[in-house]
Amino acid sequence: MSHEVVNPVPIKHKYFTPGVFVLIIIALNGLVFLMGRFFFGIGAVTNLNNQYPWGLWIGVDVAAGVALAAGGFTTAALGHIMHKDEYHAIVRPALLTAMLGYTFVAMGVFVDIGRWYFIWHPLVMWNGNSALFEVGICVMIYLTVLYIEFLPVVTERFIGKVNLPGFLSGLNKIIDKILRLLDRGLSKTMFVFIIAGVVLSSLHQSSLGTLMVIAGPKMHPLWQTPVLPLLFLLSAIAVGFPMVIFESLIASRSLGLKPEMHILSKLGSMIAPLLGIYLAAKIGDMFIRKTFVYLGEFNTASIMFTIEMLFGVIIPLRMFLSTKVLKSPPLLLTASALVVFGVLLNRINNFVVAYNPPYSTESYFPSFGEISVTVGFVAMLVLLYRFIVLNFPVISLPGKQTAAQSKYTIRGGK
Amino acid sequence: MSGKSRRDFLKSTALIGAGVTGLSATAKASPKNILSEDRMGVLVDTTVCVGCRNCEWACKGAHDLLAGNLESYEDRKILETKRRPDHTALTVVNEYSPGKNSNLPIDVKVQCMHCDNPACVSACIVGAFSKHENGSVTWDTDMCIGCRYCMAACPFQVPAFEYDKALNPKIMKCDFCFDRTKEGKLPACVSICPVEALTYGSRTELVKIARDRIKKNPDRYVDHIFGEYEVGGTSWMYLANKDFAELDFPNLGKNPAPGVSESIQHGIFAYFVPPVSLYALLGGIMWISKRRKELDEEVK
Ligand code: SF4
Ligand code: SF4
Ligand code: SF4
Repeated sequence: MSHEVVNPVPIKHKYFTPGVFVLIIIALNGLVFLMGRFFFGIGAVTNLNNQYPWGLWIGVDVAAGVALAAGGFTTAALGHIMHKDEYHAIVRPALLTAMLGYTFVAMGVFVDIGRWYFIWHPLVMWNGNSALFEVGICVMIYLTVLYIEFLPVVTERFIGKVNLPGFLSGLNKIIDKILRLLDRGLSKTMFVFIIAGVVLSSLHQSSLGTLMVIAGPKMHPLWQTPVLPLLFLLSAIAVGFPMVIFESLIASRSLGLKPEMHILSKLGSMIAPLLGIYLAAKIGDMFIRKTFVYLGEFNTASIMFTIEMLFGVIIPLRMFLSTKVLKSPPLLLTASALVVFGVLLNRINNFVVAYNPPYSTESYFPSFGEISVTVGFVAMLVLLYRFIVLNFPVISLPGKQTAAQSKYTIRGGK
Repeated sequence: MSGKSRRDFLKSTALIGAGVTGLSATAKASPKNILSEDRMGVLVDTTVCVGCRNCEWACKGAHDLLAGNLESYEDRKILETKRRPDHTALTVVNEYSPGKNSNLPIDVKVQCMHCDNPACVSACIVGAFSKHENGSVTWDTDMCIGCRYCMAACPFQVPAFEYDKALNPKIMKCDFCFDRTKEGKLPACVSICPVEALTYGSRTELVKIARDRIKKNPDRYVDHIFGEYEVGGTSWMYLANKDFAELDFPNLGKNPAPGVSESIQHGIFAYFVPPVSLYALLGGIMWISKRRKELDEEVK
């Protein structure tokens, strides 16, 4: 195979479009309710109560957020650990999504916990028995690792281009030196962080599944199983590539780039087996615990479960098996979106739908404020993503193979 | 990768492994469940309770909660709706229709059960809950981050949260009057109960008393001490003349609630062996695939 040179560049495109303005309005609306939460308490904005301590924010912002950021560690494993260089073009966008995704997970936690100013407590107060402790610690370390992994993008952007105005210009040389040192140090040690990132991800993706195991009989048997950690890990692995494809296709459409179909199709061909493993584990678990009887009942749980499995796993699995789908951008986008939807729904189901506390008088449905905050966060995430790819070398332009690996000479510093 | 950087690679991998294993020595400081032989408990005999709700009043008084005057508790209207303990009342009494051989309504006092193997203690992210030698399960305000995982974990859905507070919202639940029992006093609710529906004593003793009562009055009780075995046993136990499910007690097995999740958790972590081996494995794959690539290129 020919050695393809990857050349990520800041994309030239204008930032503001009508869609961007809509996103800004959605984000602002979220901020309003966010302020309400901090000034008047969680009860003022959410529909949570003593029966339903966890709702949309934990189910979507945190649990689904972590799962959907799985593209970061799956592509890192593929590109860096297995050294499939042909995928390098998507590693950076996936890394960026993971970094932003986890940042918003952290913000989701910050908003949801009652005593947000004590968010650092788990760092010094350890409870090794708690699944949540494990998730918390891993996410914190992983977030740091993600920032470190992203640093080269920043140094690359500024090396040889540090140009502070006026009296600050005296600092230009020094900053440039520091950046170069940092860059050199990072490229030597990066593998340490890359492997650590994959390990940390595997750990907390599965521990996220352990979380609800302790709720025991409060959780609907269709989802409650001791193998939840395994199911969470497998579904996270399965959703990694679809998320990358989904985001890459959307980004190239929105930025007017040609979709990188040669990479995405190849990536897509790996999804069916991964989804298959997840489906097999899920079905196996159902048969062992004989939970399929609950599917015969007609209620919210069985309907949600069926939607999750049918549209989120089985249909996209079938789609990814067809070469026609793999070759067509719209079909590939649809299939990927279905997997993303399936995992999103699975996390909502696990944390919200399946949770059935013994003394609830009415069931929980997220309030307008909760939804606003969640949707607002997503809008902010997209806005940030757009800003970063327009200003930092993240996306590789297909076909333009100019830069060689010897980066210093290219980037014009002396 | 040159020979030198390959050596670097192996060195740092080993270093990280060592660092992580070093960490595990401290990570094992997890709260221990203290199941002392003479831990205390309370036996609630619902066939004796008259639903006067004096315990509610006393409990509030003992915990700096707005209690009002005792006369206002004589109004029995409130018993028409089922209530749960919350941040304004750590214990509440609910009333149910009569059971076997009786035409008196059944009154059930509800509060934290002080489980022998408490899910809340196992779950709390910062270890703010602790199980004490005397059986009480208490909660440390200064540690709590307000994540409410304890609420999701408790099989009896007991811990309550101050949702209306923007600053310092607290988790609230019955603390078995830890401060009073420390000084040798009875729990406030036990000491005020006018009909002795609540018996405070060592748990072993209470089980004997309960057995005795059932044996002597088989017509008066169903043959079940709720809490003797539920979720591995609880410090508070109940007697009744009606099936406990009909009194809104959750139907729970005998296994301690945190059991499964803790063994999974410890399985994934088992002295950090699995994560460290995964790290080593991935490092190995990375090294091999890089090496293969180099060989390929040399051949070219
Ligand atoms: S009843 Fe709930 S809050 Fe009380 S000790 Fe048991 S698990 Fe903890
Ligand atoms: S809300 Fe507080 S007490 Fe409950 S689990 Fe979270 S940190 Fe622990
Ligand atoms: S033991 Fe104390 S805290 Fe618990 S219900 Fe009785 S009075 Fe209230």
